[in-house]
Amino acid sequence: MAKAKTETAEAVESVRIPPMQRLLDNHFLLLFLGVVVPTVLYLLWGVMELSQIPIAE
Amino acid sequence: MSVTTDTNIIGGVAAKFRTCPATGLDIDLAAQRLIKANAVAAIVFLAIGGLFGLLVALTRWPAVHLLSSDMFYLVLTAHGLDVLLVWIIFFEIAVLYFASAILLNCRLAAPRIAWVAFGLMMAGALLANVTVLQGEASVMFTSYVPLKAPPNFYLGLILFAVGALLGCFIFLGTLVIAKEEKTYEGSIPLVTFGALTACIIAVFTIASGAIILIPTWLWSLGYISHIDTVMYKLVWWAMGHSSQQINMAAQVAIWYAIPAILLGAKPLSEKVSRAAFLMYILFLQLASAHHMLVEPGISSEWKVFNTSYAIYLAVLGSMIHGMSIPGAIEAAQRRNGFTNGVFEWLRRAPWANPAWAGMFLSLVMFGFLGGISGVVLGTEQINIMLHNTLYVPGHFHATVVAGTTLAFMAITYLLVPLIFQREIIWPRLAKWQPYLFGLGAAGISLFMMGAGTLGVSRRHWDITFSDATLSFDYPPAAFLMLGLNGMSGILAAIGGGLFVVIIVASVLFGKKVDASNIVAALGPKPQKQMSDAVTSYGSAGTFHLPGTYILVSIFFTAFVLYYFVNWKYLSELWQMG
Ligand code: HEM
Repeated sequence: MAKAKTETAEAVESVRIPPMQRLLDNHFLLLFLGVVVPTVLYLLWGVMELSQIPIAE
Repeated sequence: MSVTTDTNIIGGVAAKFRTCPATGLDIDLAAQRLIKANAVAAIVFLAIGGLFGLLVALTRWPAVHLLSSDMFYLVLTAHGLDVLLVWIIFFEIAVLYFASAILLNCRLAAPRIAWVAFGLMMAGALLANVTVLQGEASVMFTSYVPLKAPPNFYLGLILFAVGALLGCFIFLGTLVIAKEEKTYEGSIPLVTFGALTACIIAVFTIASGAIILIPTWLWSLGYISHIDTVMYKLVWWAMGHSSQQINMAAQVAIWYAIPAILLGAKPLSEKVSRAAFLMYILFLQLASAHHMLVEPGISSEWKVFNTSYAIYLAVLGSMIHGMSIPGAIEAAQRRNGFTNGVFEWLRRAPWANPAWAGMFLSLVMFGFLGGISGVVLGTEQINIMLHNTLYVPGHFHATVVAGTTLAFMAITYLLVPLIFQREIIWPRLAKWQPYLFGLGAAGISLFMMGAGTLGVSRRHWDITFSDATLSFDYPPAAFLMLGLNGMSGILAAIGGGLFVVIIVASVLFGKKVDASNIVAALGPKPQKQMSDAVTSYGSAGTFHLPGTYILVSIFFTAFVLYYFVNWKYLSELWQMG
């Protein structure tokens, strides 16, 4: 009985961790975001624009 | 003192530890050796690169004009390479290992691979240096195509980058081990989170470097016929500027660490400081775009989005740290008993401790000189007045020299007793070192910015245009600025030289540190005990910070005034109506 109680308490505890803290504690998700955001907004977008410049004849 | 034990490890690897007499933390001896090796390599390259910097500054001083034009460009390339890449990144790897294995109280992942990483970085740094010194690779550290260096120059950079990338993976692996072995509870400490931010930015930086440097190497070998110049510039700066953001995150982590160790300072709010680091992770790398502001062929949408909307979110992150760090210091000092008036907490800070003085000078100079001038340079309209002038090196000497280099010097004064287990030799001299170097660094930053505002170009051997067909006269004030820059360079070189001598002598001949003298070896500090604030989670829990509010208001006033002064200059440049 006591054990079950502790388990429930633990479950409640883990549910209560706010989403922002979960994000900040998920180091590999942060790594993913930190690589993807600049890759899309700076590199890919920039390369797409440059590749549209017509080549001089 | 050094209790050595084995421990159970995932993967069956046994590590040897000693117990730190100051903190009680278990210190993995393999991590300790690697931190030492990376820090020593960093300092050696700082000495070499700093000397090159002095030669450059003396050449740009028209009355001295030390080097011939060929030698100037050779030495300028070697300077940029050795200080911006080699010194800073070797040191950052030491910081990553310290912030993971040491602060998380666990073993370092894969120490053998960490030695391979060290070997690759060293081989790459030496190869690039030798190639530059042979005289065929004076392409500056940006190596813009179609300037072509011998293949070994690019190969050296690639080897160095691969080594650094391995170092990042070892840091990430160590975080996994610490979590698996439950060596910390809840979230990782804030300083480690800052190091994680630096590591994430480093992964993007190095990947971008690989995308551009590998084809450039093949081009130099003759396997690729053409590399587009604008495309090169775009991708190169994803590496070139993002690497400065690694510095930014690492130095902010150090700004939190030193007050935590010396004063017991805790961040005002863990959540807010972490959110500020998250803004770095998401947006800081986009700052690379300001290098492309004058390039045709890229739309204003790309330029304005990347340099304005996105980067202001990263700047917001810096502003948060800029308030949170002095606030944390004030809160801790008030708790330490310095409650009189508005500024007793600051006056009674341990100014004779070089770790403290270096950290605080670095924070102030980075914010006032580097931060404000960075926002000015990042604004598309104002940038046009200053692009490629000496203002640019002026700005980044405020960030990477007065900011990052001084912060790294400051933490070294704590690493010597904690990791090398030696006392700082000549403490009186050490007390003055950060002030000397800081003054010199502030001088080179301000006077280069001054010369740049008068239109003087960067990377220019002779501003008198003595053998040019069409002559041009800069205002006499520009000559004055370059003279003052040369004198400040001498001061910075003396301060930097002192740092190298003090640290090398301390490591070789300093008195051994043990439980009896470890706290004293950390230098003057208000707390009698070593604080655990650096290794734990928790906020300061107060917002009664009158001094910090005044300091922050002064900063904002300076920021707004200087920003608008530059818009006024712009309006005078192009008269309307
Ligand atoms: C004794 C200290 C130093 C002095 C006197 C010094 C001085 C100078 C001067 C005069 C320039 C040339 C600007 C130009 O002509 O365009 C320069 C360039 C540069 N410095 Fe320093 N510097 C010092 C330390 C550092 C440190 C510690 C770093 C990095 C952490 C650094 C990074 C750079 C970079 C990246 C360049 C640009 C090179 C290029 O344009 O290719 N400097 N420095």
